[in-house]
Amino acid sequence: MADLSAAPQPEPPARRSTLSRRGLLKGGGALAVGGLSVAALRLPFFEVAGAQQNPATCKATDLSASAKQMIISNWTGYIDPRRNPKGTFAEFQEKTGIQVTYNDDVNDNAEFYAKVKNQLGTCEPIDRDLIVMTDWMAQRMIDLGWIQPLSKAAVPNLHANLIDSLRDKPWDPDLEYHAPWQSGLTGIAYNAEYVKEVGSFADLITRSDLKGKISLLTEMRDTMGFFLLDVGADPDDFTEAQWYDALDLLKKTVADGQLLKFAGNNYLQQLTNGNVVACEAWSGDVIQAQYDNPKIKFVIPEEGPSLWSDNMLVPNLATHESNAEKWIDYYYEPEVAARLAAWVNYICPVQGAQEAMEKIDPSLVDNQLIFPDPASLKDTWDFMPLDDRQTQQYEGDWTDVTVG
Amino acid sequence: MAAGVRRRGKVGYLLMVPATLWLLVFFVVPFYSLVATSLFDPSGSDFRGYDMTYHWQNYADVLQAYWRPFLRSIWYAALATLICLVLGYVLAYAIAFKAGRWKNLLLVLVIAPFFTSFLVRTLSWQLILSDHGWVVRSLQFVHLLGPEDRLLATPAAIVAGLAYNFLPFMVLPLFASIDKIDPRLVEASSDLYANPFVGFFKVTWPLSLPGVVSGTLLTFIPAAGDYINAEFLGSTNQRVIGNVIQGQFVDANNAPVAASLSVLLMLIIVAMVLVYVRRAGTEELL
Repeated sequence: MADLSAAPQPEPPARRSTLSRRGLLKGGGALAVGGLSVAALRLPFFEVAGAQQNPATCKATDLSASAKQMIISNWTGYIDPRRNPKGTFAEFQEKTGIQVTYNDDVNDNAEFYAKVKNQLGTCEPIDRDLIVMTDWMAQRMIDLGWIQPLSKAAVPNLHANLIDSLRDKPWDPDLEYHAPWQSGLTGIAYNAEYVKEVGSFADLITRSDLKGKISLLTEMRDTMGFFLLDVGADPDDFTEAQWYDALDLLKKTVADGQLLKFAGNNYLQQLTNGNVVACEAWSGDVIQAQYDNPKIKFVIPEEGPSLWSDNMLVPNLATHESNAEKWIDYYYEPEVAARLAAWVNYICPVQGAQEAMEKIDPSLVDNQLIFPDPASLKDTWDFMPLDDRQTQQYEGDWTDVTVG
Repeated sequence: MAAGVRRRGKVGYLLMVPATLWLLVFFVVPFYSLVATSLFDPSGSDFRGYDMTYHWQNYADVLQAYWRPFLRSIWYAALATLICLVLGYVLAYAIAFKAGRWKNLLLVLVIAPFFTSFLVRTLSWQLILSDHGWVVRSLQFVHLLGPEDRLLATPAAIVAGLAYNFLPFMVLPLFASIDKIDPRLVEASSDLYANPFVGFFKVTWPLSLPGVVSGTLLTFIPAAGDYINAEFLGSTNQRVIGNVIQGQFVDANNAPVAASLSVLLMLIIVAMVLVYVRRAGTEELL
């Protein structure tokens, strides 16, 4: 520090100070590097333990009876207007007296996972009573033991009213841990103002008039499922060799410059402003966008649609689990589910909601993207559950292409 | 005298305490953790945990796999810095010598873009450069761009975005240096029969070098690590190293790879800065 005060002085002291500062810097640098390497070699106290927890022991006392409140994290734009006094949200609070703090802070499964993994992996609270995650992430969190089981008696509507096509998931067949919030199809959206119909995923990734103007989703399972289908494999059950065939096709598509980008939850922005003319898309988003721009169309690709759901989960150390179960049960009343579906336009996971929709908005009753005919969901595909090592290997391969 | 010096020294060290503690907690410890993470066994996962195996191979692996985005980052940042230097120098010179009473207002205007968020500004460029926007349409109309050409999703868009976003970091240090130059020195050079061109390169430019060096560093370093511009203005074929690091940390959950990339990026930038500063002969600045 004495050096600094000497710096503005004329020639001789300045030169001396320079030398000493350089010496100091060099010495300090060497010392720091030396110290670091010694520390790194001898004192590896940053080893990271596995993040697996046991939900039976990593559990908080339920304060629901005395504290009438709960905290939810959900995806953006996934509920009817909360300020509307006649909306489902206000009605729930009024009926139950539970004060709900609703955060729309989920924008991406992987991102949300990164946000909570340090807490949930070490059995620390994340101060949320309900979170909403897509199937594969729900499965990962359940496998990691981060999710509390739901009490079957507390959510009778869930068990009675869940539609058949969403039952019997291999990772939670008895709905012990998860309750679908909304469900949807992954397909193709295109802007009819600029291009002709894009009927299949194979067209999307090869048609020359779309070159440089398509986007694919950053969700690995959505996107790679279609690539697997395009190389003749079954996403439900594929081999490693087939995976690498599909990955090669993806690499080729990227190298050919077919893509503008891999996009997250905000992919529709680029479609509406025309930089992207066709993209992989989720059904409900497209219906919502059609209200503003009827030129945007949704297509179920020839390869077959993929049916997914976003699921409500109660994380470990949630302190208002019973309140959260009341929430789940409330949203599985057909009439409530219909009001929600009329707003968010995704596939409604609740049986009986289609009949209830008659009174709310008859124009939506026959909408195949909200109440699909069970027969049409026969040939939907799912991405097979991956074990830990496969997840790491495939996610790594995928990330190499999407970001490298 | 001696006592006075010693006392001043003590006060100096005391004044260093808060910043040292700050750096210790918020730089040294995280950096140590980052270096440690970069040496973990890459076959670890969140399920099984990560073991420290001093896997130096991580560094060779990531360099081999991701040298392209590394080069891209440095190349884009270098171009953007050059553009900033040319534009910024002219602007700083004009503000320092020619602006008169408008000087303060112009300085405020230089930093005015900071009043809105970095993200919003970059997203606005996405709109401005978009395929159906008026900029592209006008350029196509006058045949500077072909009917299928675009601005968005090109390296040019990324470099332009970087140059736009980091220009103020160049202008302010340049202005500080140029403003200090005594105009009488320039007058003296012309009295000694130097034409304005020679006068500039013999007098103004050398005296402004400290500003040039700090301005280029302040622009280049953040520009090399930036990935927002590549994310919003580029396409999948123009990803930079920041995109890779983010993807490895968040999407692939591969902390060892992401950490070794981060450490490498840091080392590369530090090495380049040291060479540059040595070349420019301005070590006093460090």
